[in-house]
Amino acid sequence: MSRNAMAAASTLTDRVTLERLVEGDHAPGDSERMIINMGPQHPSTHGVLRLVLELDGETVTKAEPVIGYLHTGMEKTMQSKTYQQAIVVTDRFDYTNVMGNNLVYCLAVEKLLGAEIPERAQVLRVIVTELGRLSAHLVWLGTHALDLGAMTVYFYCFREREMIMDMFDIICGARLTASYMRVGGLVSDAPPQFFTNLKDFLEIIDERINEYDYVFNNEIFRRRTQGIGMISQEELIDLAVSGPVLRAAGINYDVRKANPYSGYENYEFDIPLGTNGDVYDRYLVRVEEMRQSARILRQALKNLPDGPVRCADRKISLPPRVELANSMEAVIHHFKLITEGFHPPKNQEVYVACESPKGEIGFYVASDGGNTPYRCHLRGPSFVNLQSLPKMLEGRMLADVVAIIGSIDIVLGEVDR
Amino acid sequence: MISDQITGPGPTMGTVPVNSSAAGTYEIPAQAEAALEKLTAQFPEIFFEARRFRDELTVYVARENIVAVAQFLRDGEGLHYNYLADLTGNDWPDRDPRFEVIYQLYSLDHHTRLRLKVRIPENDCTCPSVTGVWGTANWHEREVFDMFGITFSGHPDLRRILMPVEWQGHPLRQDYAIGWEEPEFTVRKVHRDYAKG
Repeated sequence: MSRNAMAAASTLTDRVTLERLVEGDHAPGDSERMIINMGPQHPSTHGVLRLVLELDGETVTKAEPVIGYLHTGMEKTMQSKTYQQAIVVTDRFDYTNVMGNNLVYCLAVEKLLGAEIPERAQVLRVIVTELGRLSAHLVWLGTHALDLGAMTVYFYCFREREMIMDMFDIICGARLTASYMRVGGLVSDAPPQFFTNLKDFLEIIDERINEYDYVFNNEIFRRRTQGIGMISQEELIDLAVSGPVLRAAGINYDVRKANPYSGYENYEFDIPLGTNGDVYDRYLVRVEEMRQSARILRQALKNLPDGPVRCADRKISLPPRVELANSMEAVIHHFKLITEGFHPPKNQEVYVACESPKGEIGFYVASDGGNTPYRCHLRGPSFVNLQSLPKMLEGRMLADVVAIIGSIDIVLGEVDR
Repeated sequence: MISDQITGPGPTMGTVPVNSSAAGTYEIPAQAEAALEKLTAQFPEIFFEARRFRDELTVYVARENIVAVAQFLRDGEGLHYNYLADLTGNDWPDRDPRFEVIYQLYSLDHHTRLRLKVRIPENDCTCPSVTGVWGTANWHEREVFDMFGITFSGHPDLRRILMPVEWQGHPLRQDYAIGWEEPEFTVRKVHRDYAKG
């Protein structure tokens, strides 16, 4: 692909023609094919993804992702723990979106139980989940820039991510594997220092996002990302792709708007949509999503109600520590919950979906009436989105592979589970 | 006969009473109920067993009908379940058709969900593939094959996906125990034999 042709590819029609040209240049059998392994140990496959690429010169003619290198049987592990204990396993699925994983699992079990969550807990859940979304997008932006050879952005992004990690540290004592949520609410209320940090963070973040855009969104980046990695809307829906990859192609599907949970219907925010569905549009969508997350955070902070952060049902949530000194009933509840846990209705099942930074994250939980989940299944957006990778790669240049992998934003912990 | 006790919560020992006020806020979406009616009208000779829990509607489909039903739900007038959100399996060793394949359908038009379920007997552990209807089923079905040992007839590329190709057994079956280290780390053999008893 010549540089002139690249520059001319500014509209969608031009780009489609360009794709055909690249395909047409390489009729089958006119040269020798080469098969190379990309990964599982490759810095730009974001973990242990292995890609088997069939190349004709520098053009990818066939690509096949090989996954499973990080499979640790997390679903099976969850099935061997009580409902509350299993929360720590959800931290390990998509380790950039820890709060979101906690949330979707807790929502699923709460739906199974029919538990009611206090309003303050719901707003705090939205706050930490949106912080998690910002953090995940910052990791994505930094590593995506690094893949494309821009190192500065990485340091900028991780500077702000560090502020979010500090907030998580204050709120629950862990930076990465938070386990902040519990079935029935939260582990504890947020300390005042958290809100001070959050206000400081919200003061600078919009300006910082503009700064990333200023540094990164330049001519070199646009030329490397515009017009690559596109697949049609029909194929995206057929492959059940979700998240920014889907929205960059102009399909308006965000679980927060389509099926609101945790009170997302009370916030004003927009869903950014792309037009071309190429790697560049995915970048634009994610950057705008970061701004919208900051907008949600400001509203949540302003309207944070007072009240408890755990549901009142003592058969689900632990009694407050002070009650244990005065109430025999509280001691019994505490003992039963710690030693045995709770039993959801027998032979029932739920599927709950949330919007993770990567797309629709879903949890299927089936109960047999025992105190452990009978079947736990995570619908990982990374797993499903990765399936569309071969379609995006075929016919593209080898140098585009890295940019396209980065644009899907996969986390192998969630792909392999 | 299916030993599937399907109504009501289980025994009361330590059971959480379902909070009625919260449970009352759940309602089965009208679109899902309409889909069930349309299914019954389209396939009058088939009985569709339906279960309702919270706001979710589950429709049981016989194995031989799943592809036709899936196709109808995707393309039928006013149905448009064009998005297969998830496909997974489940294993109930005490029930007669032991396995289940579970389809979570979603519509990008009217934004409602519907769950389909197919029961698979242990002695004939196979299910027709829906990859022809929703392309995304490809990897999901490979995962169910890998984890439960259910084969999908008509699948274009049925191989293990998460476990190594030479792996024996299907880890998410309920009778596949955990508690020792199975991989080819022979240094652990003593420990493994001990744990097995």
